[in-house]
Order: sequence, then C-alpha cells, then structure tokens
Amino acid sequence: MTPNPQLTDTGALRHLLTIEGLSAKLIHSILDTAESFVSVGEREVKKVPLLRGKSIFNLFFEASTRTRTTFEIAAKRLSADVVNLNVSASSQSKGETLLDTVDNLSAMGADMFVVRHAQSGAAHFIARHVAPHIHVVNAGDGRHAHPTQGLLDMFTIRRFKKDFTQLRVAVVGDVMHSRVARSEIHALTTLGVPEVRVIAPRTLLPKGVESLGVHVFNDMQAGLKDVDVVMMLRLQNERMSGTFLPSAQEYFKYYGLTADKLKLAKPDAIVMHPGPMNRGVEIDSSVADGGQAVILPQVTFGIAVRMAVMSMLAGA
Amino acid sequence: MKLPDPEQLTQQLALAIKPRLRANTVLVGIHTGGAWIAEKVQQQLGGKLPLGTLDISFYRDDFSRIGLHPQVTPSAISFEVEDAHVILIDDVLHTGRTIRAAMNELYDYGRPASIELAVLIDRGGRELPIAADMVGARLDLTENQNIQVTLDPNNKLTLSLHER
Repeated sequence: MTPNPQLTDTGALRHLLTIEGLSAKLIHSILDTAESFVSVGEREVKKVPLLRGKSIFNLFFEASTRTRTTFEIAAKRLSADVVNLNVSASSQSKGETLLDTVDNLSAMGADMFVVRHAQSGAAHFIARHVAPHIHVVNAGDGRHAHPTQGLLDMFTIRRFKKDFTQLRVAVVGDVMHSRVARSEIHALTTLGVPEVRVIAPRTLLPKGVESLGVHVFNDMQAGLKDVDVVMMLRLQNERMSGTFLPSAQEYFKYYGLTADKLKLAKPDAIVMHPGPMNRGVEIDSSVADGGQAVILPQVTFGIAVRMAVMSMLAGA
Repeated sequence: MKLPDPEQLTQQLALAIKPRLRANTVLVGIHTGGAWIAEKVQQQLGGKLPLGTLDISFYRDDFSRIGLHPQVTPSAISFEVEDAHVILIDDVLHTGRTIRAAMNELYDYGRPASIELAVLIDRGGRELPIAADMVGARLDLTENQNIQVTLDPNNKLTLSLHER
C-alpha cells in the first residue's frame, strides 16, 4: 500500500488534500477540535496565539470569495500572517509556472499554502513538491475535492443531527461537476451514514457514481422521501446551456428545492448549501431563508473547521 | 512518600477561598484536574458562584515543538470576565507555564479586576515568576517525579505519584 501523502509517519495530518483515505477517527478529531474553535469565535477577542509568526499564503488560481475569506479569517484568528494571492491576475498570466510560483513564495518564508485551482490534482502536485516543513490545504481542485467544505458540512450535520449512523442524507444537483459532492460523499460514507442518496438528472451524474456507495435517484420526489439532511449543490451557470440541461426554468421545475418538495423529507430535516446559491434555480428563496435552512451556520462553522485543520497541520 | 487526601485538601482550599470572596468573584478551573477541583470548591461554597473552565491548549508555549493536544475541549466561560475577580484553580502548580497560558487566555475574554491563584498541590520547580495565593499542600518533588490528580468513577479525587 502506498502511504497516504496527507499523513505523517505517526498518522498525524500533514496536508489536507482530500477526505478520501482519512479515517472516521481522524475526521471526528478534526470536528472535535473545530468545536473548541467555535467557542473562540464567540468570545470578546476571537484570536488565539497558536500560529503566531507563521506565514500562510492563500493561493487562489480560481475566483472564490467565501472560501478565501473564511480561510483568511481562520488564519488570522490563529494569529498567523496571511497573504492573499489572486494568481490568475498576476504572474501566471505573465507565464510563470505553478511550481516557480510556489518556489518563490517558499523563498519568502511560507509555512502553509491554501490552494484553489481549476485543475484536479493541483494541490497534490504542490504538496509533493514543497519542503517538508510546508503544509498544503486543498481549497478546491477542479472536479476532484474540496475537503474543508466536506468537513464543515459534516460539522454542521453533527451539530444538528448528532449521530451519523442513523441518518438518511440526500445530495442534490450537479454531482458530475461538483468537487463538493465528492468530498461530501466520501465523508458521509466514512462516518457511517447508512443511506447516502444522490438526486440529479442523468446528464449531471458521473458514470459509475454507484461505486461510491450511494443510491441514485433521478426523481427528486422519490429521492427526498424521509431524508434527514438535504445537501444542495450549486448549479454552475456555465452548465445551463448546451447539452447538460434544457434551461434553468426547467431545472428548477424538476430539481429545484421548493417548500412543497421539502415536505417529503422528514419534518426536522435540515437544508444545506455550500454557496453561492442560485435562488430560483436549485433552491427556492422560501427554503433558503426558511426555518430548516442551516446555510449561514455552515459559513460560521467553516471558519472553526478551517482553524482546526490549519492548527492540526501546523502542529504535525 | 505519604500523599495527602485530595478531597480534604479541596475542602481546605474552599475554606481558604471563602474569606476572599467578593461581590463579583468567579471561579475558573483549568481543564481537566483544575476543573474538577473548581467544581467541588464551588459546591462547598454554596453552589452559587459563577464557574467556568479553561482548556489552555491553544495558548501553550510548546505548540511548535509538540503540536496541538489531540483532545482539546472548548473553554466554557459563560460570564463576563471584564471587571470580575477571578479565582483561577488548578490541580498541580509546577513550572508555572500553564498559569501563564491561562492568564493569557482569560484576557481574551476581557480584563479582569484581579486574578488569584488557588492550587491543590504546589510541587515547586517554577520556571516563571508565578506564585499561588492559596495552596492545599506543598510537596517537594524531584524532576523525575510526577504527581497526578484523577477523578475516580465515584467522583472522588485521587493522587498518585509516578517516577519517570
């Protein structure tokens, strides 16, 4: 067996690249640590000195506001120095290679890279390249993984539903293009959720999705029946034309989450969304702003989860 | 070495704390041992004093050497620290580094009017200029000895001495 490149010899987390291959125990320990950081976020001074003197580079080759901002806040609450790089707008457009960019930032004393890239595997590539004391967090790579989103979703579910082994969870929408869906599915199955469903039109389901251990539904009504958790995915605008979907209106009609469709789920079901939401496309405003939505708590918990991940990596 | 009875020491500590109580005194126990003792002290003082716990894992000065403690519990301070008279409670006072970390963390909740330190055991060996205001017992231990406070299933404190 090839060793997991994310882990040190002693099993501590060195990089966070994907949820795939992480044990339930390790995931729970990340969530437990995050729980302590939630209380830090509720204090007068929302800062702890753990990463004082460390330099964290947010290396974003792809636009993102929420993820980048929550990583930045998380790093600052750990007292790290944060540098945000919007690389699409700088050296790469001048022709510098990815590894040259990383080498230059390492020469500036980087201790950690938080990487968002349109290419699947970019964070792995950087992790293999950097010096041993440098840590890498994948903040979303292509269609592959978005592990901190998956972890913050698990944190949110644990907060509201406690026991994973009693849950029925539906992941709804563009599973094919979604790195969030992949990370969510790996996390849910690792944590012992007995029934993970994916609900999507055939054109938005990757081939062989069943091999991930999920039940596939093309009909939303059937798929939502008696679920405890509804995890909506964002429908990316660029998918709405052409061969994937006829139109946004038609998508909303069949796969948009409305109050009526939500009634099929358990009465205490929670509704999640990784953001940014397309209101009136994948989710109706009455649901997004309704009592069952936990979409804003997800954002708040995202800070604590990222603090947990960064402090665990830095201490490995 | 004959070890003192920690339950009895806790009672003595409560008696020592009693005359120092003021209108806005709060008790803060340091996780884990100090939190157990603080809870018992609070019970013995009538059960009404505000009681909080601190887990100082995020403030330790050896993070860069040994990393994050694998089991961090949230600190629980549900009252105003600003202008409160804080009695900080820990099980064993040794190097003083835990107390340094605890004071730093307390300040992130607000500016207390005062902080006093109560410990069950002062075992000597300070590495920082920190002293306890109330002490259950003083023990002279060597660097190779380690004293530990545990809570048994019957909610009784026990002391044990280990040689390294």
